[in-house]
Amino acid sequence: MNISLLLAGNSIAFGGLLFLLSAGFSLIFGLMRIPNLTHGSLFMLGAYFGVSLIAAGLSFWPAAILAGLGVAAFGSIVERLLLRRLPGNELAQVLVTLGLSFMIADVCLMHWGGDPISIETPPNLRGFSRVAGQAFPTFRLAIIVIAVFVATALWGLMDRTRLGAMIRAGVDDPAMARVVGIRVSLLFTIVFSLGAGLAGFAGVIGGPILSVYPGLDQDMLPLALVVVILGGSGSLVGSFVGSFVVGFLYNFGQAMLPELAYVVLFLPMLIVLVLRPQGLFGRATP
Amino acid sequence: MRRLAIAAALVALATLPFWVGNTYYINIASQILLYAVFALGLNVLVGYAGLVSLGHAGLFGIAAYAGALLVNSGAGHFAAIAGALTVTVVAAAMFAVLALRGTGLGFVMITVALGQIVWGVAYRWISITNGDNGVSLTTRPRPFGLSLATAPGFYWATLIVFLVTIAAIAVFVASPFGASLHGSRDQPRRMNALGYNVWMIRFVAFLFSGLWSGVAGMLFLYYNQFVSPQVVALTSSAEVLLMVISGGTATLLGPIAGAALVVIMKNVASAYIERWNFVLGAIFVVIVIFMPEGLVPGSVRLWRWATARLRPPQRVAPAARARAAGE
Repeated sequence: MNISLLLAGNSIAFGGLLFLLSAGFSLIFGLMRIPNLTHGSLFMLGAYFGVSLIAAGLSFWPAAILAGLGVAAFGSIVERLLLRRLPGNELAQVLVTLGLSFMIADVCLMHWGGDPISIETPPNLRGFSRVAGQAFPTFRLAIIVIAVFVATALWGLMDRTRLGAMIRAGVDDPAMARVVGIRVSLLFTIVFSLGAGLAGFAGVIGGPILSVYPGLDQDMLPLALVVVILGGSGSLVGSFVGSFVVGFLYNFGQAMLPELAYVVLFLPMLIVLVLRPQGLFGRATP
Repeated sequence: MRRLAIAAALVALATLPFWVGNTYYINIASQILLYAVFALGLNVLVGYAGLVSLGHAGLFGIAAYAGALLVNSGAGHFAAIAGALTVTVVAAAMFAVLALRGTGLGFVMITVALGQIVWGVAYRWISITNGDNGVSLTTRPRPFGLSLATAPGFYWATLIVFLVTIAAIAVFVASPFGASLHGSRDQPRRMNALGYNVWMIRFVAFLFSGLWSGVAGMLFLYYNQFVSPQVVALTSSAEVLLMVISGGTATLLGPIAGAALVVIMKNVASAYIERWNFVLGAIFVVIVIFMPEGLVPGSVRLWRWATARLRPPQRVAPAARARAAGE
């Protein structure tokens, strides 16, 4: 078995997971201009919800979807109660989301304890499948399929539906959108809870690979940041491509230069910042 | 009056070990001063330049790590301090070149990412940084033969550094360069049109801010004689930002008050509850939502609002009018 092929496969799967996480981050950042530093915490919260739901007797997929919905509900509360009060004040939003992420991390530590908890791979996805003559872990294959499905659905939502058109209008010119009868505030709540829900769902899906532990939030948030800086904020294509770039760098970096994996991960971000500050697929801000 | 207050404060600070007595409280005072240096350094960027950095613990930690590694590899304390500060300023220059590619939100995001890189290196590059176990120092320096090993000795050394920091930052802010920094915060495009190089102004401010963060990092290293990845975590960057914001940005006293508040809260809170992070987060949220202008002016405003609500309205109206007329 070729080790670099296996690594490549794992990288693609991890990239898919990152896409689920960072698509929401990118949407929230690009559309609402909210730097959501709780995004890593939402991922972790989703994973812990999943742990509890599975412990309560649910099977993997219903638990993942319920955890996603739970985190989405939590996200909409955060948006309504806190972020709503700070429109356009980006610094305040950074501080509130940061403060909230500390609170979430501490509550999780209190409730679920400090030991890593692993989520078991669903039974029908254990083992390996053959793809183009290569054996490949079935569960990771499933993650890739889910990521592609979600990417297509999000693209369809934003580009092909009335809701997507309303969201884009609300972003480009909120005042005018209100005048023509669009409830922009409701749209923002929808976008935020959608992003939160995706992050929570990704937390459960990532559980069998990453397991759940205190500090998972701090591990995932920088990855989402790198993806968005690489791909450009608000660009779905950008976060899709960025996720896979980061997935490859993370897995290959850890295998080849374990001590410097973190530096390898951030290097392309620095290069992109210097050469193309708006990100690979970002629109230049006027 | 103002000079009298400053003189009284100086005397009180200089004689603090005599009237406090207890080593524990002297150490807390040293901590407040060292974090005040850090907060004052960050405030150059956050307050005066209007650039919010969430990666300054990275610079603080780079200084501490560089100092510890230099001393442990056999360098003298003086050489180690000079070397560590040089490394910090070079690192600050690299941070600045990258972070200044963005402004506003982009700047914040990039500094978060840069801080996380430093954390990743400190945590993972075990052959140099010793990973999670951190790096220890066995000695404190003995400048001019004076021992800093005792709590009062270290306190006085920290006080001197603290006073130098305040003086340097006061001069910096009041200088023509400080005025141009102020201009680049409020009206960057107009400053550009007037022929100022806004990027260069911000770059220099970043270096200056980084230098004092490095000084604070060295104080931290000598205070604890230990440095670990915890020092460069995002939480540390957030803590120092909280000090700046809670006290009130773009003032000299604000960051000092903020440092005192956070250090005391942290020591008091950790004596009674384990959940310091929860308290820190909650303070963040409460300050931003209810007192965006800082804790001191914010509490004054909330107090006025509360007392005005409690008094009968017909008596408040003339008083408020009189106050408005007086102003």
